[in-house]
Parts: sequence; structure tokens; C-alpha cells
Amino acid sequence: MKNLLGSVALALTIIVTLGTPSAADKLKVGFIYVGPIGDHGWSYQHDQGRLAVEKELGDKVETVFVEKVAYGPDAERAITRLARQNAGLIFTTSFGFMKPTLKVAEKFPKVKFEHATGYKRSKNVASYNARFYEGRYINGQIAAKMSKSGIAGYIASFPIPEVVMGINSFILGAQTINPDFKLKVVWVNSWFDPGKEADAAKVLIGQGADILTQHTDSTAAMQIANEKGVYAFGQASDMIKFGPKAQLTAIINNWAPYYIERTKAVLNGNWKSVASWKGLTAGTVKMAAYTNMPEDVAKMAADTEAKITNGTLHPFAGPIYKQDGTLAVPAGKNIDDGPLLGMNWYVKGVDGQLPK
Amino acid sequence: MYAAEAVILTIITASTPLLLAAIGELVTERAGVLNLGVEGMMIMGAVCGFIAAFLSGSAMFGVLAGLSAGVAMSMIFAFLTQTLMTSQMATGLALTLFGLGLSGLIGESFTGQPGVKLAALAMPSLSTIPFLGPVLFGHDILVYLSLGLTAAVAYVLFRTRLGLIIIAVGGNHHSAHALGYNVIRVRYACIAFGGACSGLAGTYLSLAYTSQWIENMSAGRGWIALALVVFATWMPKRVLIGAYLFGTVWIMGLYVQGLGVPIPSQLLSSLPYLVTIAALIIISGNRMITKVNTPACIGQPFSPER
Repeated sequence: MKNLLGSVALALTIIVTLGTPSAADKLKVGFIYVGPIGDHGWSYQHDQGRLAVEKELGDKVETVFVEKVAYGPDAERAITRLARQNAGLIFTTSFGFMKPTLKVAEKFPKVKFEHATGYKRSKNVASYNARFYEGRYINGQIAAKMSKSGIAGYIASFPIPEVVMGINSFILGAQTINPDFKLKVVWVNSWFDPGKEADAAKVLIGQGADILTQHTDSTAAMQIANEKGVYAFGQASDMIKFGPKAQLTAIINNWAPYYIERTKAVLNGNWKSVASWKGLTAGTVKMAAYTNMPEDVAKMAADTEAKITNGTLHPFAGPIYKQDGTLAVPAGKNIDDGPLLGMNWYVKGVDGQLPK
Repeated sequence: MYAAEAVILTIITASTPLLLAAIGELVTERAGVLNLGVEGMMIMGAVCGFIAAFLSGSAMFGVLAGLSAGVAMSMIFAFLTQTLMTSQMATGLALTLFGLGLSGLIGESFTGQPGVKLAALAMPSLSTIPFLGPVLFGHDILVYLSLGLTAAVAYVLFRTRLGLIIIAVGGNHHSAHALGYNVIRVRYACIAFGGACSGLAGTYLSLAYTSQWIENMSAGRGWIALALVVFATWMPKRVLIGAYLFGTVWIMGLYVQGLGVPIPSQLLSSLPYLVTIAALIIISGNRMITKVNTPACIGQPFSPER
């Protein structure tokens, strides 16, 4: 009896070990998301990137993901688990995962890590982000053309450089069309609260804004804009379904090209730790169709998009003045990435004070 | 004029889900049961209401489905805590976690779909009066229901025999039992009422507040409702004041930002909590009255055999 059990166990072991090599041939790529993939925004777009990797590379890869991972110890646990499950490449897709990623990466030197929107790297941790501000500059120009009241409302999340540079880029774009364009910024202190985003949208419309734009994750503001007959810009993903009459365009986070490129690099053995910050040129930032606007405005938007894409236009080209009137970027120069990534001041023309 | 009207309408929208959930929980707690699962029942109401309205095309059907989902969730809680005598605290917390998870699961294929909007009640001629029309007569049924329910709960609790029974069950379940009242049955009914109200609050979020379903869209409103009940010392009138005060400060916080008033937004975001707590503590200043109103048996299990 004991023998029989022994041989069964042996047989099983053989089957398992025979089964593993083919699985080990595949590169396992792990993804950690901060939100549910059903948020139709930030995490959803990262997951679209994951699906693109699977589609492009077929049986060479196997992808796994963990969604709704909280910052802190939970994140560390989730990343460690993926590393233990023999993932060769792990994408951690939110700012708050920076420290846990670096910590886990130290323990698994052979695993490659990629952290989104952070600023710290190590030998096996690369960082990547997208130049969303390029899209916001185009949005600003469209807003100034389309607005009757000359006031746009901006629903902002937290006063971090990423959000501040978006606000500045938007107003700089708008000022090229209408130097007196006004921007009302409302901070909701949350990335994701559809109710509060809707409230902010209504308040801004009540105060005369006829264009809404946001740096929060839900589709609520777009829906309110559609209801109240004002225009809005989609955020992170194409939100035209929620605002068929309202959406002018949307800034789409398109992680697919980057994810495919980096996965290929690991497969080819030439992966290196880099800081990637790409935008329209590389296709990491994409603009949705220009809708609900006259042809000349759509043409202007497409022209600006083309100029940013081919590098002849930088949204933060000097001269740029801070809100208090001091010169931030001299004429004839573009802002460097360093000050841009640490941006904690409003440009001239933004109303209100930046919360610290 | 337009701006004032818009602000008032937004305040009403922001306050209604809080009021609905809080008035239901008030009745549950008055009967001596602490159900911490408000958030879970609310989110289930939101997802079921959304799906039912989306599939049938009828917002009213969605409201009924949301209400039923809230009741169904509360019955799980009632069965566990009243029949199986589990801890109310732990069961309530579990109900919240369960609701958040389950709603995400069943709602998965409905995210990213524009839903059905719960329309305002048609009150021709009345709602066209300038300013007063939209402010008083331009709402959907749930807004009126929340106010009506608050009045009804206040009346039933303090002016009827049924109210006395509920308060007796919550105040001293052994005495209520000795007098011949079926404590468990009264509690089942009050838990169901709380579930129905939470379900409606959730439905309001996914059909009226914003007509869409997104995971976790209740964003902590269930917990705010729970806190309102305690700080309002279990008085319906004060729950009404608290909910509307919270909504008002919340919206004004956004409003003054839009005007460019230099107050840090972090402070503005925390003001609704601070102001509401401070106000309710001040109006509940009389300790005697607070003591009388506190359901003495809250959170305690009751077994008729003992």
C-alpha cells in the first residue's frame, strides 16, 4: 500500500516536473493595480496594456494581475507574491507603490520591476510615466476656442506636480488663443469619488464655467456636462459614451506600446533600468477623436497635436511667468524635465492659490 | 439667481443619500441593533438598482430592485445576529466587506455603461415657477421620500404605540420581552427597514446622483451616515439637520474654491466633518436628554430563553 502511494506520488511529481518546463519557457509578466480594472480610467487603461502584451506576444508570455491593491504593506505582500510565483517582469502601476517596489526588488535581484509615475530607480527597477500635459495643452486651446463665457472648470485631485503641470499646461494652451481666459480650479482631495466629482462639476457650471476638465478618475463630470449642455474633456480613457454631446476629445493613456517594448526587452535579454517619460510622439499619450466642435477648431487641434508630436512645439516653451509674476522659463528656452517633475507653482493666469 | 439655485440643488443631491441611509439606521439602532453594514447594503443597492434599471430601461424598477437588495443584505445580517446570535460589530463589518466585494463582482460587466437617470417628478406648472419651482418641485421621488420618511419616522417613534414598542425593545429588551413583545421579530423588522433605506440611498447614487455604476462608488457615505446617527443622538430631526449641514458645508467647500477664496482645500475637505460634529454636539448639549435617547441595549444580543 505504502509502495503504491509512493509510486503515485512519484508519478505525480514526474507529471508536475514535466509540466513545468514548458510553463517556465514563458515569461511571466505581473501587474499590480491600485484600483479595480472596472474603474474605466487609470487601472482600466493599464489593464488594456496588459491585454495588448498578451495579444502581441502570444505564447511567449503569460500575464497575471492583482487589482485593488492598497498602498503600504498590502502592496509589498502582493508584489512579493508575484515575484515568488516566478514572474520575470512586474509592473507596479501607481505612484504609491514606489517604496514597496524598491524594497521587494532588493530581495529578488533577478526579477525586473517597472514602477509607474515615480522618480526612484535601482538596478532592477525602472520607472515610467507619460507626458499627459501634452494633451492638456491641446485641450486648453480647444477650450479657449469653444468657451462662450471664457471660463473653464478644472476638477483636480491632489496638489502633486503631476496634477499641477496639467493645470499649467491647460492654461498655457488656452492663453495662446485667449490671453484673458479664466480657469477655476476645485480640489476634491480624492482620486475617485464619483459623487463628489459630480458635485464639483455642478458647482463649477453654476459659477459660469462652460468647459469642464478633470484630473480625477471617474466619468461623473462628463455625464453632468452632457446633462447640463456644456463641454468636457475625457480623462484617461475615451468617455464619449458618457458624453455624446459633451466630449470634445479625451486624453487616452495608452500603455500598450511601452509594455510590449519592455516585455520584448526582457525576452531578448537586453532590459535595462531606465526612466521613460514619453508622450504623443511614442503614442503613450493619445487623443480621442475631436468631436462636437466646428471643423476649423478640430483642424487647429490636429495641427497642435502634429507639432507636439514632431517636436516643434513644447507646451512649456518660454517665456513662462509664475502666478506672482516672476519669470520661470526665459524666452527661447523650453522647461527642463527636472523642474517640470517637481512643479509646485501656478503659471500666471490661474485663479486661486495652490494648496500646499 | 442661477448660481444660488444651482448651489441649493447640488446641496440637496449631496445630502439625500446621507439622510436616507441615516434615517434607516436610526430605526435599526433605536431597536437596539448596531448594524455597521450600512456601506455594504448601500453599495449593493447601488449596483442592483443600476443593473435593474439598465436592463429594464425603467428607473422606478431600479429603485425597487435597489430597495430589495438592501433588504436582502440586511436579512443576512438579521439572521446571523438575531437568530444565530453572532457579534453585531463583527457581522456588520463583514457585511460591509461582503457587499463591496460582491457588488464589484456582479457589476463588473456594467462599468463603463451610461445608465438610466431617475427623472424628476413631473409637476407641471409648479416646477416652472422661477427659482422656487426647481428648488422645491424639481426633484426626483427619492428626495421627497427621504424627507417624508424622516417625518414619518419621527411621528411613528414618538407618537405611536409601535414607536414605544421599538424604543422599549432597544431600551430594555428583557422588560420588553416580559411585557410580551417579540423582541427578535421587532428587531428583524427594524433591521429590514434600515436595509431598505440603505438600499434606496445606494440606488440614489447610481441612478440620480450620477447615473452610472462604478465599483466602490459609495466612497464611504455609509460610514458618514452611521456617524450622523450617533452624533444626532438618535433623533430624526437632528439627523435631518446633520445630513443637510454636512451636504451644505461639503458643497460650499467646493463653491468657495471655485470663487478662488484662499482657504486650503484640505481644510475645506475636512470641514463638513468638523462642522457637523461640532453642531450636533452643541445641540445635543443636554446630557439628560441624550441619556434618555440612547438605546441602552444597543449592540447587545438577546436570547428569549435567558
